[in-house]
Amino acid sequence: MNFEIPRIPLGSWIESGLNFLTTEFSGVTRAISRTTQAGINLLNDGLMWLPEWALLGLIVLLCWRLSGRRLAIGAALGLALIWNLGLWNPMIQTLTLVVIATLVAVVIALPLGILAAVSDRFYRVIMPVLDFMQTMPAFVYLIPAIPFFGIGSVSGIFATVIFAMPPAIRFTTLGIRQVPTELVEAADAFGSTRTQKLVKVQLPLSLPTLMGGINQTIMLSLSMVVIAAMIGANGLGSEVWRAIQRLRPGDGFEAGLAVVIMAMLLDRLTQSFRGRKRAK
Amino acid sequence: MTNAQQAKIQVRNLSKVFGSDTKKALQLRDQGLNRSQILEQTGQTLGLSNIDFDVHEGELLVIMGLSGSGKSTLIRCLNRLIEPTEGDIIIDGENIPQLSEKALLQCRRKHFSMVFQNFALFPHRTVRMNAEYGLEIRGIPKEERAKKAADALKQVGLEGWEDSYPNQLSGGMQQRVGLARALANDSSVLLMDEAFSALDPLIRRDMQQELIELQHRMQKTTIFITHDLDEALNIGDRIILLRDGEEVQIGTPEEILTSPADDYVARFTQGVDRSRVVTARRAMRPVRATARIEDGPRTVLRKMVESSLDSIYVIDRERKLLGVVDAEKADEAAKAGADSIRELIDDDYPCVGPDESLSRLYSMFTKRHCPIAVVDEEQRLLGVVVKGAVLEQLATAGEA
Repeated sequence: MNFEIPRIPLGSWIESGLNFLTTEFSGVTRAISRTTQAGINLLNDGLMWLPEWALLGLIVLLCWRLSGRRLAIGAALGLALIWNLGLWNPMIQTLTLVVIATLVAVVIALPLGILAAVSDRFYRVIMPVLDFMQTMPAFVYLIPAIPFFGIGSVSGIFATVIFAMPPAIRFTTLGIRQVPTELVEAADAFGSTRTQKLVKVQLPLSLPTLMGGINQTIMLSLSMVVIAAMIGANGLGSEVWRAIQRLRPGDGFEAGLAVVIMAMLLDRLTQSFRGRKRAK
Repeated sequence: MTNAQQAKIQVRNLSKVFGSDTKKALQLRDQGLNRSQILEQTGQTLGLSNIDFDVHEGELLVIMGLSGSGKSTLIRCLNRLIEPTEGDIIIDGENIPQLSEKALLQCRRKHFSMVFQNFALFPHRTVRMNAEYGLEIRGIPKEERAKKAADALKQVGLEGWEDSYPNQLSGGMQQRVGLARALANDSSVLLMDEAFSALDPLIRRDMQQELIELQHRMQKTTIFITHDLDEALNIGDRIILLRDGEEVQIGTPEEILTSPADDYVARFTQGVDRSRVVTARRAMRPVRATARIEDGPRTVLRKMVESSLDSIYVIDRERKLLGVVDAEKADEAAKAGADSIRELIDDDYPCVGPDESLSRLYSMFTKRHCPIAVVDEEQRLLGVVVKGAVLEQLATAGEA
């Protein structure tokens, strides 16, 4: 009764699959890589072109208008500290990655979320996929990113998008499904087409939930672009990474603090936008 | 009466089964099993079974039943918010269950507007934009739909609230917006799903009254769902009673009250304020004696004495009612030697149409002693109502 069950070579299957993809679709991946890199450079250079004080002023103004005095003061102090610590440029690089990763994630997530809200079948297919994407240790995404896009920021964005996209999909679906049945019936009863129903009723009414999803995506993006420093993404993450390699806890703590400040600012900003929409 | 009126919608053999094996459920139904037996055997719910009725052009038809009777399912089958399982719904020659998705969209836009129990207003749109919704999705130009929406809001008395949001309005006002949204659409049929059930009783009465007036004014074919018999009797031209997805009775409010189809309906109708529903026609008696305009005072006096009356109604050759003559006055005139009653006729007399409800008659008795004249549209005398008859009618109708 003692026979050996051969080990399933799952890992090597996945590797050969990935190899196949990288060789067959190298044209595509290279094109994606080039466009993304161009986007990163453009945004990064734009933000860098502004003098520190001007950008700081702009962000403080934005906080003041969208939220209020308290957030504006917090933003001013936090950003001034980052500037003072000499972490301004890495912060801009991180911000660029977060913005681009979030944009890509939302652009992909919105239609998928809508589809999952409308079609029960698609919902049943995508939900386990989302569970998979969210629970798989984030580091794992870094590995296939390298053969696809090489070492650098583009790979970082690739991994970040995969990691940060699920909440945007989930919240979009949730938001649309939460629209009261009677309102959907009303839209139907007057003879709305699917698109009219979506654009005029379902999406506007799911906007607060949807914004919640985008907020989550931004937060996850931020945490992931820091980790993505391991595969060469620039920014605050690489400062932390360097501090680890050189065993300099002080440097690491400073860069980590900058990440915390960024996270708080981004979170409060997007939440205040969400609150404003609801109050209206 | 029903033959003369044109049918706007014909519903034939309409059935709805909730579940996946609808055929099996309908087979069992045809074998005579009832709703709960079918549920037990197949797990399918028979929502509606063999519903048959016509909706006449311009009438206010009430579909009444308790919760679970299938009334909401029925109204939703009409515009296919719920897909009927079998049967026909014919409106202007189109059979709704067989329409393609595109044709259904057009049909909904052209024929149906719906008012919902919990208003179902779009919270992100202003009152005006809510009222415009139906027109907007049909691609009506901006000025035109602004005008139509303004008209509709005026109809329901919401001028000046156009730029408010629904959550800034009271429940009654919100439902007015719901009504305006439906009216602005100018569809041929108005579907009202428990439209007033979420309102408090006083506002509900007002809304019922306003709906009746609106309906008289616009002659819009209306199908109104309710679980409240008082409401049904108050507003309905005709009522369909549903129980367990089956039709129990169709008839005018008076028919439902005075000749209930079975015990179920009879039990239902107990405790209803009959005086609002039973009409003058029912309490009316033939006139014992009438005077003719050519009669002299003596003749009239004799007629009154013979029938022991204090006053007598005067009619012309076509039985048109001219007025009433008092016994005292006739006596004086006779003694004075007058030969005509023309000068004696008093045209201030209580007079109602045959469809007036008994509750209205109460107050008329206090004014005068003479019986109330019941006349048709040409002012021809049909009969009279005396005080005792009203009370008697209320008492006996209660036992029916």
